[in-house]
Amino acid sequence: MSELRELYQQVILDHNKTPRNFGKLDCATCEQEGFNPLCGDHLHVYVRLDDDEVIEEIAFEGSGCAISRASASLMTEALRGHTVAEAMALFERFRTLVTSSTDSEPDLEGLGKLAVLAGVREFPMRVKCATLAWHTMKAAVEGDEAVTTE
Amino acid sequence: MTSTPAAAALDLEAIRRDFPILQRAVRDRRLVYLDNAATTQKPRTVIDAVSRFYAEENANIHRGVHLLSQQATFAYERSRGRLGTFINAADNSELIFLRGTTEAMNLVAHSFVRPRLAPGDEILVSHMEHHSNIVPWQLLCEEKGASLRVIPMDDAGALCLDEYERLLTERTRIVAVAHASNALGTINPVADMTAMAHARGVPVVVDGAQGVPHMPVDVQALGCDFYAFSGHKVFAPSGVGVLYGKRQHLEAMPPYEGGGSMIRTVSFEGSTWAPPPTRFEAGTPNIGGAIGMEAAVDYVNGLGMEAIAAYEDELLVYATEQLSEIEGLRLIGTAPQKVSVLSFVMADAHPHDIGTILDMEGVAIRTGHHCAQPTMARYGVPATARASMAFYNTREDVDALVAALHKVKEVMG
Repeated sequence: MSELRELYQQVILDHNKTPRNFGKLDCATCEQEGFNPLCGDHLHVYVRLDDDEVIEEIAFEGSGCAISRASASLMTEALRGHTVAEAMALFERFRTLVTSSTDSEPDLEGLGKLAVLAGVREFPMRVKCATLAWHTMKAAVEGDEAVTTE
Repeated sequence: MTSTPAAAALDLEAIRRDFPILQRAVRDRRLVYLDNAATTQKPRTVIDAVSRFYAEENANIHRGVHLLSQQATFAYERSRGRLGTFINAADNSELIFLRGTTEAMNLVAHSFVRPRLAPGDEILVSHMEHHSNIVPWQLLCEEKGASLRVIPMDDAGALCLDEYERLLTERTRIVAVAHASNALGTINPVADMTAMAHARGVPVVVDGAQGVPHMPVDVQALGCDFYAFSGHKVFAPSGVGVLYGKRQHLEAMPPYEGGGSMIRTVSFEGSTWAPPPTRFEAGTPNIGGAIGMEAAVDYVNGLGMEAIAAYEDELLVYATEQLSEIEGLRLIGTAPQKVSVLSFVMADAHPHDIGTILDMEGVAIRTGHHCAQPTMARYGVPATARASMAFYNTREDVDALVAALHKVKEVMG
């Protein structure tokens, strides 16, 4: 039960029920879709970049489990106002966190509120839920094709 | 779904002891295995039969003159015979050993339907099919300029037979339908559907992957032209399965894969084919798997398929009642005739979250689209949670599922 409470923390349940920056962004400069064909998760990420590659606005919509929705919601909060390069660096730190070994304490430095997703480490099958929005954001700003995670 | 004396004949305590994996704990809890539509667990007799084959009789079949090869060949062919009796085929040569139901559907598509398919022709499937009974036909339709037509179903998940009748036209070249739906549990009236198709000269292939584990199957009584099922869904190893095909069809069909064993003669000018079933068994088959299937059939025959069906019916009624009492839970698939599969969604929890929380309670279910995305779309859901039961499941397992679902509500608030 402690792992479950760790995974489904109040912050995550809150972001699942009331996701921030949820909906289509009409002024987006780039956007992309992400799918997890195994579980049917489907997200759409919208980003508005300024001329200096700073993320002015970011939003998402779609359906998915609590982990993927909360992660997407938290991501949009974390990335607004940051450059694309900073976003990629944060993605790397986040991915390292959720895929890191549970033998040692998680490295939460610089992750801010995203640290609430550290519980995903205990659930390897859920890593793709937590990272779907991030992969989709990366594909959007880099102009890549739609993302599929399995 | 009524109680019969046959159901009382099953000794569940003894049955559960026959399955070594059911004795293990998961996450320090008793394993409650409710993912039988994905794959079934194996009784000790199956594990021992496979193990004994590799320890004592292993050799390639149909080629060596030595004793081991003779014994392996005998065991492999004896299994074919046992399986033929199990589904009441008219002749053992009507059974082809393959990797499973998916390969069987692809074989029927390639070797039976492809040669007779012209532009504008139609292939008829049902709305509740598994992707393995949709995609092979789509590939074929694309290649030949034919079209895929779909038999609709009602909200309960029962096929609309009036619509089916209308969809059977002079352009229909095959009907491909599941005996039972893996995502909904619906048992389709395949005997009636076959009779309706045959009345118009249309052949029928039945995907029996979810039929054979749950009920007696008599391919001659069903009347279908082909019937496919997988070993691993009927308490045997994975990587082996059976395609039944009427002899006159198999004899007229070209090979599916080329290779060793399936030939009569080979020269650089051309080759000739072995008769069925060998024609369709290129390369060394899954001999150990076939032997495991024989042991699995012996095991379920020992219990009796009628008794299994009656017991599972009772369990399904109980589970349906119990799940229906959970507030916010919606069953997907409520047809009058069902195998013991319960697909559902919950108001406050995504299926994926349900699956994780249940797993922490020792309850193994499947979550996702169940390789049946058109079925999910029909109900307007991206995914469902699915509890699927076998004859070794008990009311205690159902109670554990219900308790774990209450935990889901507690965690997800």
